[in-house]
Amino acid sequence: MTSKMSKLLASAALVAAPFLATTAVADGHGDDLTYILVSHAPDSDSWWNTVKNGIALAGEQLDVTVEYRNPPTGDLADMARIIEQAAASQPDGIITTLADFDVLSGPIREAVDQGIDVIIMNSGTPEQTREVGALMFVGQPEYDAGLAAGQRAKDDGVESFVCVNHVISNAVVAERCRGFADGLGIDLGESMIDAGQDPSEIKNRVTAYLNANPETDAILTLGPVSADPTILAVEEMGIAGDIYFGTFDLGDNIVAGIKDGTIQWGIDQQPFLQAYLPVVVLANYDRYGVLPGNNINSGPGFVTADGLEMVEKFAGEYR
Amino acid sequence: MADVSHTDERIKQTSRLRQALIRPELGGIVGTVAVFVFFFLFAHDSGMFNAQGVMNWSVVSAQFMIIAVGACLLMIAGEFDLSVGSMIGFAGMMIAIFGVTYELPMWIAILITFAICIAFGALNGYIVVKTGLPSFIVTLATLFILRGFTIFIPQTLERKTIIGGIREAAEGDWLAAVFGAKIGKPIFQWLGDAGVISTFERGSRIGEPVVDGIPMLIIWALGLVIFGHWLLTRTRFGNWIFASGGDADAARNSGVPVTAVKIKMFMFTAFCATVFAVCQVMEFGSAGADRGLLKEFEAIIAVVIGGALLTGGYGSVIGAALGALIFGVVQQGLFFAGVESSLFRVFLGVILLAAVILNTYIRRIITGER
Repeated sequence: MTSKMSKLLASAALVAAPFLATTAVADGHGDDLTYILVSHAPDSDSWWNTVKNGIALAGEQLDVTVEYRNPPTGDLADMARIIEQAAASQPDGIITTLADFDVLSGPIREAVDQGIDVIIMNSGTPEQTREVGALMFVGQPEYDAGLAAGQRAKDDGVESFVCVNHVISNAVVAERCRGFADGLGIDLGESMIDAGQDPSEIKNRVTAYLNANPETDAILTLGPVSADPTILAVEEMGIAGDIYFGTFDLGDNIVAGIKDGTIQWGIDQQPFLQAYLPVVVLANYDRYGVLPGNNINSGPGFVTADGLEMVEKFAGEYR
Repeated sequence: MADVSHTDERIKQTSRLRQALIRPELGGIVGTVAVFVFFFLFAHDSGMFNAQGVMNWSVVSAQFMIIAVGACLLMIAGEFDLSVGSMIGFAGMMIAIFGVTYELPMWIAILITFAICIAFGALNGYIVVKTGLPSFIVTLATLFILRGFTIFIPQTLERKTIIGGIREAAEGDWLAAVFGAKIGKPIFQWLGDAGVISTFERGSRIGEPVVDGIPMLIIWALGLVIFGHWLLTRTRFGNWIFASGGDADAARNSGVPVTAVKIKMFMFTAFCATVFAVCQVMEFGSAGADRGLLKEFEAIIAVVIGGALLTGGYGSVIGAALGALIFGVVQQGLFFAGVESSLFRVFLGVILLAAVILNTYIRRIITGER
């Protein structure tokens, strides 16, 4: 068996080789402060690329190490384990989303009680943030953003809408639809459709819904994942520019859609700030003990055809 | 000698050493040692081996173990169950619906959920056995059906896909405690006081150890592994499982009730998935429509790492448990080692592939199979 054992060890070394290289790169900042950002997004959600760029830039500018972690399938129970894992590795701070209070509040509070500073970003509410003992919330209050969008649409004469929800399991994101309905002053009812994550599936669902409900005035999509296929759907149906179309979040296709009139507005919650600012806040808190006195609202900001230049330049990268 | 009596009795007159080596779990043992050595070298200072770190990968491994035991016995009996992941989401949601929406006592909600899920398992098995269709296709259909219900039912009843409040509803319930409690708290408190385990520095739990007990999840995992191993190696039923998966026709001709064995194994797999789900909702206090995504493959991967054959008739529960341990340690260990997140799956894939190849290679050498 000795020769077999040596072969085994050789194979282990082979596996280890690329591993070593990566660890070296990850530790390349050579700094004393380490932060971990935990998101709830599955690997397939491209929107979070902006967040990765945000923490990379902040890490570079402040000379700190920021690692990004997420549950590969978007399973929030797996995310809870990742937060526990992050706490066990004793970083200087954790930046995390609070997509489901029941599941995540326990692990987050445990991290806080161990003396790790936590900032909640993106999903969650200021009340929940206070309850888990986090330093602050950096994000866009989802219901309020939906409400503002609904009121705006009402002023534009919209009376009915369909909400294309690609993350039906995320209760916080669904608040956008609820807020929008309340802004319009109508009942949400059957207006929210579970579109799934697959582009062609989303496109077919939207087409099917609009064919079945031709009186629908407006479409609300909740991010590039649902917006991009929806743009194709309305173009194919020949109602692009005709139907009122608003979306949350930005991306290349959404910006192009706003430019050519397919989309009336996009709500930018500025994910870059949600990732960048917590790192800045944590680093300055750890280094100098200074801390802003309140939560930071990174959005909502309406992006319309006016003043698109900067947005266009950085869409998908920093916007 | 008695402990190796489950090995293939058709191979006669083998040396003691050879007999000790011809075990499906050998690959798993080697892999476990390799993985621990590996992470000890590359992540020893990352907190992976402090109390909290150990608890973290233990819990993740225990989760894999629970579903791997069911998948392992079913795979040895010659069938697959792809509906495990959906079953986890569905079972959790059923508990939330019965316990929170309909406000039944939690123990009744749990028992009803077990009954429904095991019935679905039986249905899977019945359809597979009666139609002769591959279990791959039948359970793939169940995967979609259950996931669909998991989204549809709460949306219809509660207008949302995450139902919380389970922890509050389960307060003081005896059966909920069997799945969600932690045991050994005084020991951990003592370890915390003695400074072996670090304690909370602030908040309402100041002074308590960061790891305050062993979750029932881990007890269930170990219990199921012991039960599965005993069933497979020490009982007549265990021989029937091997026979049904090895050659169903031959087994049937020699009087093995193949139909009953297979259906029972589907029911056991469903039972394991439900145990997983109950432990999960009791710990986290909410059920979500996205729970358990892709867990069916994680179960199968753990079983295959553990040395079972995808074609049935060969495998070991201990091996599957070690496979689950390897999978859990690798998955969490990669986080501890600080691997860039986008490369995470690459490493996971490479390590899993290496484990399986190693395993096959070892098995071929020691069994002389070509």
